[in-house]
Amino acid sequence: MAEVLVYVDHVDGAVRKPTLELLTLARRVGEPVAVALGAGAENTAAALAEHGAVKVLTHDASEYADYLVVPKVDALEAAVAAVSPAAVLVPSSAEGKEIAARLALRIGSGIITDAVDLEAGDEGPVATQSVFAASFTTKSRIAKGTPVITVKPNSAAVEAAPAAGSVEALAVTFSAAATGTKVTGRTARESTGRPELTEAAIVVSGGRGVNGAENFAVIEALADSLGAAVGASRAAVDAGWYPHTNQVGQTGKSVSPQLYIANGISGAIQHRAGMQTSKTIVAVNKDAEAPIFDLVDYGIVGDLFDVVPQLTEEIKARKG
Amino acid sequence: MSLRIVVTVKYVPDATGDRHFADDLTVDRDDVDGLLSELDEYAVEQALQISENSDDDVEITVLTVGPEDAKDALRKALSMGADKAIHVEDDDLHGTDAIGTSLVLAKAIEKAGYDLVISGMASTDGTMGVVPALLAERLGVPQVTLLSEVSVEDGTVKGRRDGDAASEQLEASLPAVVSVTDQSGEARYPSFKGIMAAKKKPVQAWDLSDLDIEAEEVGLEGAWTKVEDASARPARTAGTIVKDEGEGGKQLAEYLASQKFI
Ligand SMILES: Cc1cc2nc3c(=O)[nH]c(=O)nc-3n(C[C@H](O)[C@H](O)[C@H](O)COP(=O)(O)OP(=O)(O)OC[C@H]3O[C@@H](n4cnc5c(N)ncnc54)[C@H](O)[C@@H]3O)c2cc1C
Ligand SMILES: Nc1ncnc2c1ncn2[C@@H]1O[C@H](COP(=O)(O)O)[C@@H](O)[C@H]1O
Repeated sequence: MAEVLVYVDHVDGAVRKPTLELLTLARRVGEPVAVALGAGAENTAAALAEHGAVKVLTHDASEYADYLVVPKVDALEAAVAAVSPAAVLVPSSAEGKEIAARLALRIGSGIITDAVDLEAGDEGPVATQSVFAASFTTKSRIAKGTPVITVKPNSAAVEAAPAAGSVEALAVTFSAAATGTKVTGRTARESTGRPELTEAAIVVSGGRGVNGAENFAVIEALADSLGAAVGASRAAVDAGWYPHTNQVGQTGKSVSPQLYIANGISGAIQHRAGMQTSKTIVAVNKDAEAPIFDLVDYGIVGDLFDVVPQLTEEIKARKG
Repeated sequence: MSLRIVVTVKYVPDATGDRHFADDLTVDRDDVDGLLSELDEYAVEQALQISENSDDDVEITVLTVGPEDAKDALRKALSMGADKAIHVEDDDLHGTDAIGTSLVLAKAIEKAGYDLVISGMASTDGTMGVVPALLAERLGVPQVTLLSEVSVEDGTVKGRRDGDAASEQLEASLPAVVSVTDQSGEARYPSFKGIMAAKKKPVQAWDLSDLDIEAEEVGLEGAWTKVEDASARPARTAGTIVKDEGEGGKQLAEYLASQKFI
């Protein structure tokens, strides 16, 4: 069976969930061969093997942390040359898309970004995408070269499928361009202890209706009662009430959880672009005419400062 | 010293309009009003600020690849304060994908001459966010992308990239390709004076032959990616909407429990 390269997103060897989802999709198209780069790359092997990687190609060098994007493109290009895969799958992060695009251009291949599903087809993998703020679904394939496809988080279930996962060193020669953009400083984001926004099963969001940074405690309390991630509309982020990393929408994160709870959010098209594919949508808004109510499975017309604390208490009571 | 900035701007269908696909599965541009992509206004804004903060002689050229109407996007950018514009227009460009667009933009940028390219973070219709990286690859210059803060000094571009895991400080020497996010600072509105002045600013028109690009390299036929099917997402089934009469939170909890979320 043909091999499929899967680019591994990991933090010091801890594999992030979207990569495991990618392995599920990769198995539909071929045998997954993982590529893990940077510090801790070898430590990814056990988790990757557990989820179907037949091989794990690893390489570590200071360049991956010290320079932007290009060293990773060089490495992935080397992996493509070594394996001649039937496709290359990359997690759809901002960086993932840039890596995938440059790789595609170098190897003379077409690229599809932000796939939400993937299946084998007669003429190569067929990717499903959700476009125009998730109002359309398209199916596309690559017409030239080795398909390079980036896949959004939450696009497939993580499935255990034990495979060999043998670790092999990848030989990488960095290009002249590799050291073009220097990373001169890095401030790691502090962990909130809550689930990752794009990976969470439940997301609780607040918008302009939350009316102040201090009031986000109400949203956080609900999120914590459900073990959810916290999201925010751009209006709330622009007002400085919540960090930009938590923004949901076109220029923030795109989320597709089992449950999305929008509080004090009107439901502008750019916000919907980032949450419309959620399985169940719930909203609390005091304006019965707010467009968010067009999307909901269940909506409460009311003041979030009455509804949300009552909901949180009730959840806590039920969970005992 | 002089600094030549090329800002890439895209003319896109209005996101608040009823966007859809044409019969050939390209984005329909006839039924929805177009405009300068809001995310590219941030790129124009940063070019203007770099110019205002510089002692150098800065020249800002805005560049678009798009149909006849894309001139509107150029006009808007000129009225914000850019100096001149280039419009690449050719019937053979219809249906070009991101890889093809990056080829046309790169050739045009080289022909125009540049020290710094500034792009938006993504187009509001395609939302791929890959063209700036592709331009850097094609031009063979550093990419300093997705910046929420940018500055240029002594032939060096510096910026801050707020990523998922960390916030990074980046640095590269010119020439380089930069892209800026919507966190980089509100874009200015064109002033009346700016709008009047824009009418007199030069807009150069180039076609594929001006850029030595063959028709087969671009367009729908030349695309390396094929859209095979596009269908409207089925409307969500109408949900239950309840007015809060004091028990809204409890009712919602009941619903969540019935759906096994609690
Ligand atoms: C290029 C571009 C990109 C964008 N990207 C994004 C993006 O990524 N994400 C995003 O979210 N937006 C984005 N926007 C902005 C978007 O257009 C909207 O402006 C934004 O989503 C509005 O946020 P909001 O719903 O919180 O605020 P509003 O639209 O002001 O809505 C607030 C809502 O809260 C309700 N409310 C007020 N008080 C209460 C209360 N006490 N209880 C209950 N309800 C209350 C009101 O009835 C209202 O419906 C983008 C815009 C552009 C042009
Ligand atoms: N047709 C185009 N003309 C000019 N600039 C473009 C065009 N397409 C994309 N760009 C630039 O590339 C950026 C990213 O676009 P994309 O990769 O399509 O999401 C945009 O914000 C623009 O700056």
